[in-house]
Amino acid sequence: MNSEIFGVIFMFMATVVLAIPFGKYIAKVYAGDKTILDPVFNPIEKFFFRVSGINGTKEMNWKQSMVALLTINLVWFLLAMLILLNQGWLPLNPDHNPSQTPDLAFNTAVSFLVNCNLQDYSGETGATYFSQLFCFMFLHFVSAATGMAAAAILFNAMRERTTDQLGNFYNYFIKSLTRILLPLSVVVAIIFMLNGMPMTFEGKDTIQTMQGDTVQVSRGPVAAMIPIKHLGTNGGGWFGANSAHPFENPNYLTNMVEMIAQFLIPLAMVFALGFYLKRKKLAWMIFGVMTTGFLCLVIPNMIMEQHGNPEIARMGIDMGSGAMEGKEIRFGTPASAYWSILTTVISTGSVNSMHDSFMPLSGMNQLLAMMVNAFYGGCGVGILNFYIFIIIAVFISGLMVGRTPEFLGKKIEAREMKIAVMVTLLSALLIKGGTALACYLFHRDPSLPWLNNTGFHGFTEMLYQFTSCNANNGSGFEGLGDNTPFWNISTAFVLILGRYLPIIGPIAIAGILANKKYIPESAGTLKTDTLTFGIMIFAVIIILTALSYFPALALGPIAEYFSM
Amino acid sequence: MKSNILPAIKLTFLCILFFVVAYTFVVWSIGQVVAPNNGKGETVSYINSKDNLKYGFVNIGQSFTHDNYFWSRPSAVGYNAAGSGGSNKGPTNTDYLKSVQQTLDTFLVHNPGIKKSQVPVDMITASGSGLDPDISPKAAMIQVARIAKVRNISEEKLIVLVNQHTENPLLGVFGPPKVNVLKLNIALDNLK
Repeated sequence: MNSEIFGVIFMFMATVVLAIPFGKYIAKVYAGDKTILDPVFNPIEKFFFRVSGINGTKEMNWKQSMVALLTINLVWFLLAMLILLNQGWLPLNPDHNPSQTPDLAFNTAVSFLVNCNLQDYSGETGATYFSQLFCFMFLHFVSAATGMAAAAILFNAMRERTTDQLGNFYNYFIKSLTRILLPLSVVVAIIFMLNGMPMTFEGKDTIQTMQGDTVQVSRGPVAAMIPIKHLGTNGGGWFGANSAHPFENPNYLTNMVEMIAQFLIPLAMVFALGFYLKRKKLAWMIFGVMTTGFLCLVIPNMIMEQHGNPEIARMGIDMGSGAMEGKEIRFGTPASAYWSILTTVISTGSVNSMHDSFMPLSGMNQLLAMMVNAFYGGCGVGILNFYIFIIIAVFISGLMVGRTPEFLGKKIEAREMKIAVMVTLLSALLIKGGTALACYLFHRDPSLPWLNNTGFHGFTEMLYQFTSCNANNGSGFEGLGDNTPFWNISTAFVLILGRYLPIIGPIAIAGILANKKYIPESAGTLKTDTLTFGIMIFAVIIILTALSYFPALALGPIAEYFSM
Repeated sequence: MKSNILPAIKLTFLCILFFVVAYTFVVWSIGQVVAPNNGKGETVSYINSKDNLKYGFVNIGQSFTHDNYFWSRPSAVGYNAAGSGGSNKGPTNTDYLKSVQQTLDTFLVHNPGIKKSQVPVDMITASGSGLDPDISPKAAMIQVARIAKVRNISEEKLIVLVNQHTENPLLGVFGPPKVNVLKLNIALDNLK
């Protein structure tokens, strides 16, 4: 048992130790300083820009950046739809899987485009090798780079100066791909292949087991996709069981690498902010708030899962290994519980155990992690979400102490606050509105084949689905029968709104602030890199997110807990 | 918007060439050298119950239900790796709790002499993938008496075999110990 706890502590420490120098590297990449991979990738980037007709050095204002971002995202969406609707006859389909239905293709294309990777299909039967590589893996790379480019624009806007020129979106986008995501993916892929992850274009194998049964074994070029699935906090896996599948996560070492990989960039982004702005104390304050929130969620989960299901304990068996339903022996309960919170605080949504079978309050913590969505948060977008909370906290504490609300030398006024509040309230509207609609439809026709569990847990399945979509997370209470037109279409709209407004909102605020007059710090300035301010942000997060969802949580996981 | 469309399409095309085609080719080429079985998945051979020489995948669990083999964990997909997944049953689902009780009862019937309190919870709950290749060392040990009886082998010999096949935590300090059921059962067949 101790070895399992050690494993988790080691994973966390290792990520922090790696993230600090890596954050420094990311800051250098976005600042345009010389980095180690320049000789390899500079010529390739120049070629990319020349052929595409893009001037990578021309600075853009925040609106131009957002238009560029949305345009290229639209191109990817159309491409993804085209591939998914035609995958049946496209090449690289050794298992002869059919094309996706229009509503499923719509949901899948959107969910991979927005870095969510909700999967209403199952990888073994619902996608071809061509779709997995040219649609899913491609979007893994570029959707992660989109979020990172947005974060780079934010960094640029937070500097101490007055300007509307905030770097070039295409430049940040390509740099994120070539300098950060691609090199790491190759390294991680090699580790995976050494540990037995398949990388083959051969189709399903048919084998005879020792007992004489004939079964099939799905395979594929898995080892190319899984590194970027985690590094880009995408989470859309090759197989239906995601990283619980022994081919997608063969042993404890690969499990460690997958967890470190998904955690690395969100964490490094926080330190990168500190290095980029030369405000290390601010970065440590943000890290402190995020880590406190993360630990508040992950420690209870590990304890509850280790304790196991009391209903099963009553059968009088040996509960030593904890709540093992939906968990794998090679990971054990602590590493599965740790993963379940890590994948929900950052927006990965890959799973190495089935969240539907977690204890009720563990499920609640997974939900809370996604509702906040800023304790680390996704690749690039996490820091954008957190920025919104900073703005609100600055405004509220400014009013409380009677000082002008200023952040990094820029006055925060009504317009910025309106945007910040709208982005925050939007989540509550999408999650609770969506769940309410689903509940209404289910109430009207209880014969709908949606829920795998009845009662409170069934309600949580629906709440989880919308929460996961709004957070662009992609994990699920997978018992939910979600490949139906209602779920495919309703969640796709939540996905779109839950992705682009929380990117445009913070960038708009940052763009407006960057254009304002810079006011040097004085004795009257509210300090934002202190412990007090950290506590203030934490309180704002709790009030705005956790409390506004309390009624919904009370109907689902909390009610289930008390019914045990 | 208009001025962005053409550059966006061209950039997308180049990104596919570079981050999908070239990247996948590089990873695949490396895999041909470093991955076990050229990246097709590590296999192991055995003589199966129909006396044929066959092979299976080391990482993909198989269904073992006969009394003369170490059993694997319950599976929501019946260990058919054409698909994968867990039961997704919630912890308070009454039908689910009944089925767990049934699994426990069946296990106890096939393993007389084993007390309920000795059965580890992982032996009567389904894994997340439905393809879990491992069982816990405890789960292997409580099956020793049954197999010893069916196969007419001494329990001591089987305990040694289980210990030999128990894989310790990574570097001795990280993660849980485990036993690969397929490898253990192949070794069991080879004991004679």
